Parts: sequence; structure tokens; C-alpha cells
Amino acid sequence: MDDDGKPTLKETPLYERETGNRFVRSGLLSFLSIVVIWELLARASGWSVHVFPDPWAVILSFIELLRDGTLVRHTVASLYRVTVGFYLAVLLGVPLGICLGRNLTARSFLNPVIHFLRPISPLAWIPLAMLWFGIGDPPAIFLIFLASFFPMVVGTTIAVQNINPTFFQVAANFRFSRRETLTRLILPAIMPEVITALRMTVTIAWLVVVAAEMIAVQSGLGYLILDARNALRMDFVMNGMIVIGLIGLMLDGIMKRLGQVESSQWGRHER
Amino acid sequence: MSHIQIDNLTKIYVGRRTQPRTMHDPEEHSGDNVLVLNNINLAFEEGEMVCILGPSGCGKSTLLRIIAGFEAPTYGTVKVGGRKVRGPSDQSIFVFQHSGLYPWMTVYENVGLGLRHIDDEEDKHSRIQEHVEMVELEGFEHYYPHQLSGGMQRRAELARAIAVNPDLLIMDEPFSGLDFLTHMKMREEVVNMHEFLRKTTLVVTHDIDDALIMGDRIVVLSGRPSAIKLVHVLDFPRPRNFEKDPGLSRLRSEIFLMLGVPYAV
Repeated sequence: MDDDGKPTLKETPLYERETGNRFVRSGLLSFLSIVVIWELLARASGWSVHVFPDPWAVILSFIELLRDGTLVRHTVASLYRVTVGFYLAVLLGVPLGICLGRNLTARSFLNPVIHFLRPISPLAWIPLAMLWFGIGDPPAIFLIFLASFFPMVVGTTIAVQNINPTFFQVAANFRFSRRETLTRLILPAIMPEVITALRMTVTIAWLVVVAAEMIAVQSGLGYLILDARNALRMDFVMNGMIVIGLIGLMLDGIMKRLGQVESSQWGRHER
Repeated sequence: MSHIQIDNLTKIYVGRRTQPRTMHDPEEHSGDNVLVLNNINLAFEEGEMVCILGPSGCGKSTLLRIIAGFEAPTYGTVKVGGRKVRGPSDQSIFVFQHSGLYPWMTVYENVGLGLRHIDDEEDKHSRIQEHVEMVELEGFEHYYPHQLSGGMQRRAELARAIAVNPDLLIMDEPFSGLDFLTHMKMREEVVNMHEFLRKTTLVVTHDIDDALIMGDRIVVLSGRPSAIKLVHVLDFPRPRNFEKDPGLSRLRSEIFLMLGVPYAV
């Protein structure tokens, strides 16, 4: 390629292209080796295909599920629940976190409760969620909300408390209104940390949706796995797992992109 | 009537600070009282550059913060331009020891902070540009603070402060953390800017040479509790030079002695 002397090649620095390619290449390589090990294990175990399906069987059933639309339907159902629950958590959690970070009284009042509720697994709420919200989407959304709400609140509170006090003095000096203090100081100041919190929380939300779907719903990837287990279709179970992993990778990628937005970039250099 | 009038100013901190300074946290105090400033009386004229010297931890910064309105005096009053200081105001802009630039804003946006209420976009733009050029940062308008060198950051903050056209400019150790040459250049720049704008400027420093080169008046504070040891008007011609000016050199020796460093003379 370099022999052609094409000017386009010079535009991105060589080392950046190299590392970018290397990441993709080694990522693919590691997935490939997992598949090889899986194949070897499946052969060595001597178990039947119904107990430990080999990669080829899983690929075939993957295509089957993709063809009849089941996979897409379940994925969309799961994504819908995660999106709603996660958005609700962010919409309520970030403002509450800002209040707690700024207000000592609110913090001393609410923090103990939050830290008491936080370690309780969302799964422990399943009985209550079903009793309160019946069956269908609401209990699942509620569980995802619970799982993402507390990390968002705690992450935002800490981010607000970490703001350099000098910046508030600058705000006072330049006579910022309350609104300006929020939009020009607090929000941009916490942005990098909030994005990190979003990135971690979306993974938790995705983790919980599968568990939430094993109760009380008739759709979603969790339901697919549960249903496949009942039908003893371990290849479908694995399909469900693969899709969950892929979507998780995608969600993380989206959040990572969010972190590259210019206004949140300053945080990388300040700390 | 002087421009800045400080009468019987006393500041007592209730309890020792165990945490970094915060602007307001009356609940966190407990324990011993600490007398920081003891009955300070000072008067500065309009347009003066006043350098405040003192040993570290003597309460120089506290004095500045009270004048800026960030802290309230325990007793006594501070008046700027005849009006009692009751809180922070855009008439007294503080230039912070460590950068007070907002890292999420470009140089242009930072300088425009104090001009954000101007409705006429063109007027606003030209005023921001004028101040960016004043500190020779043209070409760096759209850089973020972390992309600038330490000296450039200080200059940007200076531009932001002056753009508001405040009555009073307050600088807390403006050259700390800069390398020697940048320090010298920055000092020259502050002096030139003061010559040009004639804005009342308070500078806290621990560097005796800085104070003597820059100040129209110097104030030397004693260790805690701070009381005034010396107030001296410097009417030496600029640019000042210790070698050529025996009076200045003598004063320098005196102050070194006063602050307990006879060997440095």
C-alpha cells in the first residue's frame, strides 16, 4: 500500500491505525480460540448435543431463530425494558445525586437509606415487584430501575462532591444565578464521572433484565433462555447468552462513544 | 476617602480546619478558636497596586478572601469604593492561586464569562477578542485550559478577570508554580497591565522581590495572629532595579530581616 504513495495514508498517524487494527484483530482471535476450545470440549466430553451443543449446532439454531424472527422479537422486548428502566433511573437518579452532592442536610438524611438499600439485590425485590406491578413489563422495568437507580445516585453525588470548591467561588464572583451554576458549572463538571457511571450502570441494567424476564413475562431474552431450558434446547439457551453478550458489548460501545464527546473530554486531562 | 478602607478587622476561626477550605460550612467548626487576623487597619488608594507580604500561614489569603467577600469578618468592616463588602461581587474579581479557569470551557468561553450578559453579540465578541489579545493568547481562543501551558493559563485567567472591568483585582500568589522565566515574564505583564489600566490591584505574595518590584505600596504582615508590621509606599521609578536603586536595596534588606532571614541579604 505504501508503495503507491497515496496521500490518504498519511492522514491518520501510523501508530493509531496499527493499534486500532490490533485491537480488532486480537479481539477476533480470542473469540476464535474460544470457539475452538468449545468445540474441543464438546467433542472430548462425549455428552449428547442436547446437553452440551457444539458450536456448529448453535450456529445452525441461531440461524433458525433469526429466520423465524424469534430472536429479534425477544431482543427488542429486552432492549425496550432496559431502555425504559435505565432512562427512568438516570432521569431521577442524576438530579437526586446533584441535590445530595450540594446539600449537606439532604445528604445526611438520605444517604443512610440509600446505602442501606443499595446492597439489596434487585432480585430480592422480585416477589414484591410481582405483587405490586402484576405481570408483564412493569415489574421487569421496576427491577431494572432499582438496579440502575442507586449506582447513578451514588456516582452523581460523589461527582458533585468532587467539584473543586474554587469553581463555586468563581461562580459567586461572576454572579452566577442558580440556574447558571447548574448549567455552566455543575453539569459540565460532573459530566465525565456521570458518563463513567452510565457505562457501568447500563451493564448492570442489562445483567438484571435477563433475571427479571425469568419471572412474569412471556418475551425477552431471559424468557427465551428459560423457555428453552424447559424444552431442553441447550442450543437456544446458548443463543440467548450469545445475543446478551453481543448487546452488552454494543451498549458499552455506545456509552464509550458518549465519553468521547468533546465537552466531556476535559476530565481525562484534569485528573 | 480611600478606595479600600479596612477598619478594625479581626477574623477568628472557630475550631481548627481539618478539611480543605470551603466557602461556607459553619456547621463543621468545633474546638479551639484560632485568631487569624488581629485588628487590621489599612487604607489603599484608587489605582494602587498593593503587595501584601507575610510568612506562610499568616492569614494573607484570609485577608484577601474577606476583601473579596468570600468570607465574613468576625469584627470590623471592609469597604470597597465606599460600600461595605457583604459578599462576592463582580466588582472585585479574584484570581486564584491554582487555576480558577473552568476546564470544560475554551479560553474564549472562559474570558466571556463576565461578559455573558451583553446582548449585542458583536460587541461581546469584540470585547472578548480584545482581552484575549491583551494577554497575547490570540490563536488559542478555542483551546481548552489543559491544552495550555501554566503561564498561558494564568494569562487567560487574568484576561477573564479584567474583561469584567472590575473596581478591584485580587490576586492570590499569582506566580506560584510557574518556572522562573515564566514567573518573570508574567510579573512584567502584570506590571504593564497595571500601568495601562490603573486598576486597584491587591497581590498576595511570599516573594519579597516580587512585592518590591511590583508594588506601589507594600504591606508586611506578621505571623499568626496577623498584625501589620509595616506599610510602605514605594515611589521608586520603574522599571525597578535593586542594583541601581540603593534605597530599594536597603528596604529589601530590612524586610528580609523583618521576616527573619538575615542571611539572605
